[in-house]
Amino acid sequence: MNSHSALGGLLRRPESGAFLGLIAVLAFFGIFGGLTFLQPAGMASWMNVAANLGVIAIPVGLLMIAGELDISVGAMVPFGAMTVAVVSGHYGLSIWLGIGVTLIFGVLVGLINGYMVVRTAVPSLIVTLGSLFAVQGVVLGLTVLITKSTSVALKVEGPAKAIFGDFVFGGQVQAMVLWWLVVTAAYIYFVHFSRFGNWIFAMGGDKVSARNAGIPTERMTIVLFVLSSTSAVFVGMCQAILYNSAQVAGGQSFIFNSIISVVVGGVLLTGGFGSIVGIFFGTITFAIVNQGIYYTDFDRNWSALIIGVLLLVAVLMNNTFRKMALSYAPKKGVK
Amino acid sequence: MGDTILSLNNISKSFGPIDVLHDINLEVRAGEVLCLLGDNGAGKSTVIRLLSGVHQPTSGRMVMDGKPVLFKNPREAADHGIATVHQFGGTFPLMSIGRSFFVGREPTRRFGPLKIYDRKKANEIAVKAVQNFGITRIDDGDRLVGGLSGGERQALAIARAVHFGARVLILDEPTAALGVKQATHVLRIVNEAKKRGLAVIFITHQVMHAMAVGDHFAVLIRGAVAADFRKGERTREQITDLMAGGETMATLEAEIDAHSTPASAQ
Repeated sequence: MNSHSALGGLLRRPESGAFLGLIAVLAFFGIFGGLTFLQPAGMASWMNVAANLGVIAIPVGLLMIAGELDISVGAMVPFGAMTVAVVSGHYGLSIWLGIGVTLIFGVLVGLINGYMVVRTAVPSLIVTLGSLFAVQGVVLGLTVLITKSTSVALKVEGPAKAIFGDFVFGGQVQAMVLWWLVVTAAYIYFVHFSRFGNWIFAMGGDKVSARNAGIPTERMTIVLFVLSSTSAVFVGMCQAILYNSAQVAGGQSFIFNSIISVVVGGVLLTGGFGSIVGIFFGTITFAIVNQGIYYTDFDRNWSALIIGVLLLVAVLMNNTFRKMALSYAPKKGVK
Repeated sequence: MGDTILSLNNISKSFGPIDVLHDINLEVRAGEVLCLLGDNGAGKSTVIRLLSGVHQPTSGRMVMDGKPVLFKNPREAADHGIATVHQFGGTFPLMSIGRSFFVGREPTRRFGPLKIYDRKKANEIAVKAVQNFGITRIDDGDRLVGGLSGGERQALAIARAVHFGARVLILDEPTAALGVKQATHVLRIVNEAKKRGLAVIFITHQVMHAMAVGDHFAVLIRGAVAADFRKGERTREQITDLMAGGETMATLEAEIDAHSTPASAQ
């Protein structure tokens, strides 16, 4: 195979648009902001944003590939932060107990979301919109009831602090960056190299055919919802451990930011197409736009404009690449 | 003539108060194509759903290989070797040919401590299976299914069913959305499946397509078998009339003329 067809093969992959978008964004901020955001301090600022977002964006993207949507992550992040802060901060119990309780709550909400989606015919957007508000209400109501405050302090020391909420590599990179890299590698294996990944794509392509082919679609859907909500409480929990406090508000930005990262990463909104590497690139692209603006002379208010334009351009580009992938036929023999 | 693989004996199906099928008797034999004909709403789809385990009969018996069977879900029907291929192939447009072929039964190989999807093997088997059905244009298992023509998708779905040991192949309007040439491909594949000893149930609107491959014909009208005959026993006109619900085409044509003449006279 010559280099031309190798390039063609790369362009047909779901992450090609995300990769080009990343290059474009790097070039843009390289020209207008200098290369400071590629130096350690600058890298840390966008890598921290990318890591916290990326851990949530990948399972959200998997749900989208499977034809579902989870917007309840926006409430699960403060829920995770508040749970560990109340258990281990307000009540002063062991941090490991706090972590355990937090993760169990994450799994529970995921089970409820998943179960409601497969048992009722209600679209998952509506189901998780419901749980988004319900969880927000529970967090606010219970926190005020228990602590008489909307902000709870948490002091963590020792291994739990080092593993979940500390800075590594000399003080600017959050431990979350390592978590992000590890889970991304694990997801790449499960989605692109194990058989379960194939099932997720089949579910998003045609759920009825997938079920007829013997795929346990309902169980898979529930597992994916558990993954996304547990990932969200995990991120919230780590932030609380890192910043030594938890607030009832915040986290809403994760809803749109994760969807933007996933779509910029080449996942088809209607399901059946996408890749983990694409979501990874999409997340980095988003984080660079989000943070890179601080390194330029532009007013930071413009970053939303850039993200909006980026999203539209990425979607158009991804559509083009997907059409290329569909119309591709080897150029040999009779046609 | 092959042995009878599957038969429906006095099958009825109702959804609540609505009777959809009454007293259906059909049988399919190995190496034979049964054409199920009928107008929209005649109950063809319901027959397919009973055979493929989506619905269960209200009364009557299904017998497979001489033993009564009841399929509680599509999986059970599939385990008995009954495969259904729908109009658009039931395949996944944005998946590769190899991945789509093996959905739910992915081949894996060891990679260190991990088991990984064996893309090379999947692609090879899928391409070979499709080529065995005479579709030689498919030679790259990495191509996306959505890039194939309608006929090629049908071929892929049929080859998949055969590869995984189907004995009864249900084809639900496989030629309905296809052009003349593509439809010919599919009919050739149906003949190939028949030659391999599969029992084929072929659902169609097109009498020409049915007559090209059918050995045995059953016409459904309003949920009952209105006619059951073998190849050569009826002419094309007679079959068309039966499919139109018993009215002759001539009557229908006269009706159309009666409506269109005043309009064109203005």
